[in-house]
Amino acid sequence: MVDVPFDTVAGVPPAEVGEVELYHPRSWWTRYVFSQDAKVIAIQYSITAMSIGMVALVLSWLMRLQLGFPGTFSFIDPNQYLQFITMHGMIMVIYLLTALFLGGFGNYLIPLMVGARDMVFPYVNMLSYWIYLLAVVVLASTFFVPGGPTGAGWTLYPPQAILSGTPGQDWGIVLMLASLILFIIGFTMGGLNYVVTVLQARTRGMTLMRLPLTVWGIFTATVMALLAFPALFVASVMLLLDRLLGTSFFMPTLVEMGTLTKYGGGSPILFQHLFWFFGHPEVYIVALPAFGIISDLISVHARKNIFGYRMMVWAIVGIGALSFVVWAHHMYVSGMHPYFGFFFATTTLIIAIPTAIKVYNWVLTLWRGDIHLTIPMLFALAFIVTFVNGGLTGLFLGNVVVDVPLSDTMFVVAHFHMVMGIAPIMAVFGGIYHWYPKVTGRMLNEALGRFHFWVSFLGAYAIFFPMHYLGLLGMPRRYHDIGETAFVPASAHDLNAFMSVAALIVGFAQLVFLFNLIWSLFKGREAGGNPWGAASLEWQTPETPPGHGNWGKELPIVYRWAYDYSVPGAAGDFVPQNEPPAGVLAQGAHP
Amino acid sequence: MAETALINNIEAPARPAGWRGIAADWSSDQRAFKNVSWGKAMMWIFLLSDTFIFSCFLLSYMTTRMTTTVPWPNPSEVFALTIGDKKIPLILIAIMTFILISSSGTMAMAVNFGYRRDRAKTAALMLATAAFGATFVGMQAFEWTKLIREGVRPWGNPWGAEQFGSSFFMITGFHGTHVTIGVIFLIAIARKVWRGDFDVGRRGFFTSRKGHYEIVEITGLYWHFVDLVWVFIFALFYLW
Repeated sequence: MVDVPFDTVAGVPPAEVGEVELYHPRSWWTRYVFSQDAKVIAIQYSITAMSIGMVALVLSWLMRLQLGFPGTFSFIDPNQYLQFITMHGMIMVIYLLTALFLGGFGNYLIPLMVGARDMVFPYVNMLSYWIYLLAVVVLASTFFVPGGPTGAGWTLYPPQAILSGTPGQDWGIVLMLASLILFIIGFTMGGLNYVVTVLQARTRGMTLMRLPLTVWGIFTATVMALLAFPALFVASVMLLLDRLLGTSFFMPTLVEMGTLTKYGGGSPILFQHLFWFFGHPEVYIVALPAFGIISDLISVHARKNIFGYRMMVWAIVGIGALSFVVWAHHMYVSGMHPYFGFFFATTTLIIAIPTAIKVYNWVLTLWRGDIHLTIPMLFALAFIVTFVNGGLTGLFLGNVVVDVPLSDTMFVVAHFHMVMGIAPIMAVFGGIYHWYPKVTGRMLNEALGRFHFWVSFLGAYAIFFPMHYLGLLGMPRRYHDIGETAFVPASAHDLNAFMSVAALIVGFAQLVFLFNLIWSLFKGREAGGNPWGAASLEWQTPETPPGHGNWGKELPIVYRWAYDYSVPGAAGDFVPQNEPPAGVLAQGAHP
Repeated sequence: MAETALINNIEAPARPAGWRGIAADWSSDQRAFKNVSWGKAMMWIFLLSDTFIFSCFLLSYMTTRMTTTVPWPNPSEVFALTIGDKKIPLILIAIMTFILISSSGTMAMAVNFGYRRDRAKTAALMLATAAFGATFVGMQAFEWTKLIREGVRPWGNPWGAEQFGSSFFMITGFHGTHVTIGVIFLIAIARKVWRGDFDVGRRGFFTSRKGHYEIVEITGLYWHFVDLVWVFIFALFYLW
């Protein structure tokens, strides 16, 4: 038997919360622009995140052009290169992935998957988006201010982040910190909504242990974000004060351009602790929604219930909790006490246990499943492979003695791009191909999708696999130009050129994807309500795309978990979550 | 038989024991926290997040206090007032703390009268709480003015480590902002109580939802939290 039985509903429980009246838009403006409907807010979040993500994509092209063909592109000077690196990292991690997973997928899927009409506080939810948009605008404005964006690296380590040697010292760093503070305020408004909706606004019969794993992933990631972003908030406020008021929270006594600065007595290491207390959970804020989405994609497209649902839930929660006690593994070379490093290496490696449970369960779900190699499934498989790859190099970097020589090399860049760049992006793409029919009522074009998948997947490996090797050679990261050094052979430069060409091609494949998104909106094949034959609640809405209030007159009643695929005796090869037991039985009883 | 797996179990399943029971309770149908409204749940979770912000501020302050090589100014001398011809250490802070903690008392009474539908007393007590809060902020402004006149700046002060001034202005400023926001909310909600919005089911201006007297309690949660944080600031900044 499955470990979560689907037939435990004796009588249907009474509704605990009465219907809450929804805000009804009265004009075009309140329907599509200042909308309080989570589905519209989700689309706004997604479009904004993908737009700013395109900027980061172009920045990565520019960086690869410089790395692959040093000296050829005279318009990229060392300062600009640092600015590109900083903005690329910050945009991708926070303004694209965090916003897209939680603001985009979270807003769209949580109310639908838990059987709610909307988020609990739609007005606050709307504010969340507009503050996020403001944060993005402030961030993007740094490209146009005197001195340009900050070039401090996405970690913004002081003292260099606010000293005059770093590009963007005038305006860039100030606006970057302001943008981060705004983002955190906006995110908190949305995040509170997601958490309370999952905890307190589920429909009848929807226990937490019947939630699709996507909701579990987004929910846990949101809780983590609400506890981790405060550290970044505090660090940003203090760094802003250091920069603007001349306080010395993070600034020791130091000499700048031959003169003694006004600073003294602060602790740069304090910033690193605050930053990584946010920064490490941030990795899992991006990874856990991906875990959840992948679990659902695999189960639906392999027509098989997820293996070990209960363990999957506990693994998500366990990873979330553990990720708060591993942050200093980013700081092995900061000069901290070796016992400290020993502690953090241990906790880091312990995370491998719940993560491995998840990977085994995905593979066991696939095992003897009826695997349909649809585009979402392809992306899901790509995610598993890529995540395992990135996870294995994490074992190297999690150990102090191996990390020290590899620190600040391209190996680190390759590792984190595999594990929290490519892998979550694969989940994003898989999720978009999977849920696009629900959002728009039309399927994405199959041929363009397959082209997009193969170019992105193989291309990503063409970029990042050789990068591990360059890192092992000792090629440092964040260098504008490696130049001629004894330990970097000439062949490494050819490899760099190869990676750059691959990066350009992968980038163009994303344009094909964007074209597909727009083209399919008008010309895509009509999808119907449930094209994949999925059991979870969001596919059972009376209308597609779901209307205002999601569920028509009556909220759905949930009788089972979200993974009843290929149930012996049932009529179809899946049983929707809201199908009454009598209906299943009646269908199944007839031979 | 295959079909047996599908037969609906008429008897309610036995309650699981041990950890499974705890998990089952937490993950129970519809709501994890029974009898907790959406608004109250949201406020609690926000306060948890805000706790992390204040903890980070206080931990950062303590870290810089320990790392700086310059001696830390003595709080009982810096925060002393000369009354008559006597120099009394921490007297202003003591009064401020007393006022803020008293305001928690009036807040608690307001919550009580709110649930009794006593509009006049609820609104009066909320306004009293707001007045206490405003007094607190006013005394803080006085303290800031006094210290700035004596030469304390975020980037330095006459007596020692410059982190003293920066931490002081940052932490009390951030806390004072919280108190100010609380005062604004108290006044706004006291007005709604007074007008009888929650009896006639008047809709909120922004949210277009009907309010309930519970909002008094939710505002109270925030207010008590701000008080509690002050106790930690008092202990860790002024008394250390």
